[in-house]
Amino acid sequence: MKAIFKSTHAFAQAIIITGIVLVTLCSKSCTTSTEKSLDTASADKVNIPDEVDFIFHVKPILSDRCFACHGPDESKVEAGLQLHTEEKAYAALGENKDRFAIIPGDLEKSTLIHRVTSDDPDVMMPPPESNLDLSNDEIKILVKWIEQGAQWKEHWAYLPPREAEIPLDNNPWVSNPIDNFILAKLHENDLSPSPPLSNEKLIRKLSFDLTGLPPSIEILESYNQDHSVENYERIVDQYLTTDAHAEKMTNEWLDIARYADTHGYQDDLERIMWPWRDWVIHAFKNNMPYDKFITWQIAGDLLPGATKEQIIATAFNRNHKITQEGGVIPEEYRSEYVTDRTNTFGTAFLGLTFECAKCHDHKYDPISQKEYFQLYGFFNNVDEKGLIEPYGAIPDPYIELNKKEIDEVLTFINNVQEAETIPLMVMKELKTPRKTHVLNRGVYDQIGEEVKASFPSLGLEMKNTEASLNRLDLAEWLFSNENPLTGRVTVNRLWQQFFGKGIVATSYDFGNQGSLPTHPELLDYLALKLQRANWDLRSIIKDIVTSSTYKQGSKIDPALLLKDPENDLIARSFRSRLSAEMLRDHALKISGLLVEEIGGPSVKPYQPAGLWNEVTGGGGGSTAKYVQDEGNNNYRRSLYTFWKRTVPPPNMLLFDTPTRDFCMVKRENTSTPLQALVLMNDPQFIEASISLAYRAIQEKKSENIEELIQFMFTLATSRKPDSEELSSLKKMYDIQLDTFEKASNDVVEFLKLASNKILDKEKTEQLAAMSFVASTIFNLDETIRKT
Amino acid sequence: MKDPAEERSYLLNRRAFLSKSSVGIGAAALSSLLGSGLISGCGNRQENLSSVLQNSLALQSFHFAPKAKRVIYLFQSGGPSQFELFDYKPLLEKLRGQDLPESVRQGQRLTGMTSGQDSFPLASSMYSFKQHGQSGMWLSELLPYTSLIADDICMIKSMHTEAINHDPAVTFFQTGSQQPGRPSIGSWLSYGLGSENKNLPGFCVLLSRGTGRPFGQPLYSRLWGNGFLHSLHQGVQFRSGKDPVLFLNNPEGIDAASRRMMLDQVAELNQKQYDELGDPEIQSRISQYEMAYKMQSSVPGLMDVSEEPDHIYKMYGPDSTVPGTFASNCLLARRLAEQDVRFIQLYHMGWDQHDNLPSAIKNQARDVDQASAALIMDLKQRGMLDDTLVIWGGEFGRTNYSQGLLTDTNYGRDHHPRCFSIWMAGGGIKPGMVYGETDELGYNIVKNPVHVHDFQATLMHLMGIDHEKLTFKYQGRRFRLTDVHGRVVNDILS
Repeated sequence: MKAIFKSTHAFAQAIIITGIVLVTLCSKSCTTSTEKSLDTASADKVNIPDEVDFIFHVKPILSDRCFACHGPDESKVEAGLQLHTEEKAYAALGENKDRFAIIPGDLEKSTLIHRVTSDDPDVMMPPPESNLDLSNDEIKILVKWIEQGAQWKEHWAYLPPREAEIPLDNNPWVSNPIDNFILAKLHENDLSPSPPLSNEKLIRKLSFDLTGLPPSIEILESYNQDHSVENYERIVDQYLTTDAHAEKMTNEWLDIARYADTHGYQDDLERIMWPWRDWVIHAFKNNMPYDKFITWQIAGDLLPGATKEQIIATAFNRNHKITQEGGVIPEEYRSEYVTDRTNTFGTAFLGLTFECAKCHDHKYDPISQKEYFQLYGFFNNVDEKGLIEPYGAIPDPYIELNKKEIDEVLTFINNVQEAETIPLMVMKELKTPRKTHVLNRGVYDQIGEEVKASFPSLGLEMKNTEASLNRLDLAEWLFSNENPLTGRVTVNRLWQQFFGKGIVATSYDFGNQGSLPTHPELLDYLALKLQRANWDLRSIIKDIVTSSTYKQGSKIDPALLLKDPENDLIARSFRSRLSAEMLRDHALKISGLLVEEIGGPSVKPYQPAGLWNEVTGGGGGSTAKYVQDEGNNNYRRSLYTFWKRTVPPPNMLLFDTPTRDFCMVKRENTSTPLQALVLMNDPQFIEASISLAYRAIQEKKSENIEELIQFMFTLATSRKPDSEELSSLKKMYDIQLDTFEKASNDVVEFLKLASNKILDKEKTEQLAAMSFVASTIFNLDETIRKT
Repeated sequence: MKDPAEERSYLLNRRAFLSKSSVGIGAAALSSLLGSGLISGCGNRQENLSSVLQNSLALQSFHFAPKAKRVIYLFQSGGPSQFELFDYKPLLEKLRGQDLPESVRQGQRLTGMTSGQDSFPLASSMYSFKQHGQSGMWLSELLPYTSLIADDICMIKSMHTEAINHDPAVTFFQTGSQQPGRPSIGSWLSYGLGSENKNLPGFCVLLSRGTGRPFGQPLYSRLWGNGFLHSLHQGVQFRSGKDPVLFLNNPEGIDAASRRMMLDQVAELNQKQYDELGDPEIQSRISQYEMAYKMQSSVPGLMDVSEEPDHIYKMYGPDSTVPGTFASNCLLARRLAEQDVRFIQLYHMGWDQHDNLPSAIKNQARDVDQASAALIMDLKQRGMLDDTLVIWGGEFGRTNYSQGLLTDTNYGRDHHPRCFSIWMAGGGIKPGMVYGETDELGYNIVKNPVHVHDFQATLMHLMGIDHEKLTFKYQGRRFRLTDVHGRVVNDILS
């Protein structure tokens, strides 16, 4: 890569490895024609960096191609060579200890070079049977690294965040330090930020990002009239205190917490976990500090004098699947539940793939199998069973919440019926602690060495402690200043939420196989800032959305696309598609159908008939057959839609919601033909189209068709259509009106999907034709994107 | 004159192609890639690449010359008993009622449903067996039609699995892992090979409920899920009734002409956006709408079996005229195969016969026997059996001892993962072959065991894929259908 990436800071070189260069680095394993197309992408030929950096150039290669046999897994070490620590990588090999894989500065005697350049199938590395190989560029990097002295560095994510100097710049574009970091990197690469979004699109993006809903016309107009920094901040502050904001944050958390309304295996019986979901909304609404938010969820029951609210928070660790399948061996499944909690902890809080260390030592990261079970030990002491018995029972341990205490104390729990007592699964320790053993190959009945619960070492020396540790100690460790990961993982996920991609793109993996940070100093800056702000998430969110970086336009200049196709440098806004929930909520909101109630039991809006029924095994009780709710429940926000894990709502799944089978910190963002079918034909979207048209007719009280179309278009896209767009849609209206006038029966049929707020006499050809235009608008690419 | 939809699609693809070549790795042409089989992409790609690139087709070329172009998988959900269907055990008749010797069981784990039983009385089949075809394959009297295709199928009697309960066992068969989250076989093939058909998904799913034990075991939509692969690779359920694919039909009162007008309008306005913003994702969206439109026009014709001649209905049996039955799904499977759909997955529920097995399995076998055989014969008469792989089997077998009381006329059988039978036919499989052997009591395998991962490896091999090489890197690790196991069962390949 030519001089488009220049930096003296070792970390700053990180950027080289992501994005463009990596495309070429990995291309040898691809086929010739792919290489060609990738070459076209990066336009100019890739060079090897002048100064090879271990972390950002060398270790990704070693980890990905060598660690499987020469890495941390002690049981799979080939030829005695391990390359994951400095000491081991430079150690003498062979019977006579006279050979070395790596001798700094000495290519001739470094057997690693001999191996990776050999054509002899018995000698070459990686060996043919691994189905792995190295590209010429990768080999050159290894060569150059050894030539330059083979300097070793520890993995960045396991070292504490570093105080970074803010790269000062008196450029008026800069609004806050985020922009300083972004701008410095853009300048290093001869790029500049994109011009800002239009007023309307900025407020649209902000509104979706903070509340999950489109902006009202009033706010759009207010900002158009006064687009000062102060007015923008006022709008931000206003959004941040809404219920809708708490719901949006909760929606993100439900994926991480693998929240669902059913148990998830086999008959997939209903469970009641929504009071916990209501607590999450309550916590976000009050901007509960993140350390407290997490500590309560991990160990609320172990806090001194734990309150019921703190115990409710621990339901987080009971959101995993539980089986009721008769005949299973309970211990096999109990072990699965503990595994799920352990893996969730690893992914959600540490950003590490702990699950890889359950059956053997981790292949890439410093997590031994023993350490896996030491973490498992924290979650293994729950007073629970592996099998739901008798059928339909509430799995232990659980608490009961009665109407009185909900009314008086636990007021964040919503829509509780009179005299109702709600059971909620929570965490509770066994009186006599359960022993934890390493499970050989991860199998529940292959009992190995006994271990004590203790914190992951992350490859560092651990202080030996005799004290027995519990989940509360684990939560404290998570938020201690020594923990290098929690802050970074948290701010990275916030960044992902607002920019479509994290500073570390693999928000689930900060380990050796994960992506490297595109802006390492910024990541550390934000992580430290969050810590110092006493884990006030809202303060970081505010920094993000008030930055000029966030306010950039999304136009994609061909030259920019060539230079930074993945937008790693953030010279523009991503044109993120609305999430499944946002798409539906948007349609309900602008059509006036949305019922903005908070919390309560999950609801069952429209879904195609028969989906549950046709796969039921006869059991399942309330989940055997989907019975659509009546009235308001059809129009609640989508985070309240009943989630049956084995048959999730299809119109949500098609838009990339996870199945909630396990913790998920990042959604895909795909585009498929079936998505088009949902937006065109799903009765909920048709009903919303009719209601939007109806709303236009009612509110505008105008004979002017173009005015009505303009109203609908503006609600859907947050901007006024231009004359070309308007006349084109008007023409379509005229043709469709003509069609409907010739076939009155079609009008009747089409408007059968209208909400019952619309009277029969109002179901005219005009309404039908206008609804068809509304449906067209709902299908525009612009409508389903934030910007 | 050219079909306007086709012309439009050509222009769109052309435009997509141009935009792709001018911007390099644009996402624009993804849909057209998926519509035309192997074109581009690479195996060991890094996660850091754009998700679109990463998710486009995996393979540039086949690893081997493929023997099969498509698969029809007749999954028998619930665990069919091998003793009443395929695995003839005369010794069981002699020892009927005696306890299963511990020397045979060797302490192997049992499900919680029978582990508490005082005794394990051996149960022989109520139904008699005869040899069929030139191969002399032993088949039960419950399968008169399957008996007619004995010389076309390969019976594997030595299948074994690791799970002893339905949910993990079915998930294991379909995804290679007992716990949910991995892509299903059809998704892997779609990811690896793409679709040969431009108007239909590459992975279609059909469900039916048996009459043996109509309500016994549920199914889960994750069984045809894409796991961590792009959602384009998920199985699309085809249903009986007026909306064969979810959300396929236009709303009542909206005809095809109006829909076409709307799509043109959407394309026009989207194109305007593209001209302004230059986002290749907009081109992709335009293509997806065209593909949706093509599905709208092609699926109803495909599902409309009314023009099938009488002799075909006769062949598949009386149920084939009843939408939603296994027989009717077999007929649809053949029609999908004719359209070159890559992976056609049927699920037939109801094989979980813990009790009243003799009567239940009789009904259940009647559901599937004639249509399964008809499918083979029909494919054969159309010259399609040579390159269509057909698979018939469930997630595990059943015990050789009775669950509950063994009487003269009644007994049940519990789950048995140690050995069970499935059959395969067509595309690259040796016909008229019996592979593998179980012991005389039908409890353990004594020859040529075939693990679920071996079965999956073999399936992939027949489709031209090396199961060790079709990988997807996710969360730092290269995943594959067969995890880190599996070997191709070369002995059954023709």
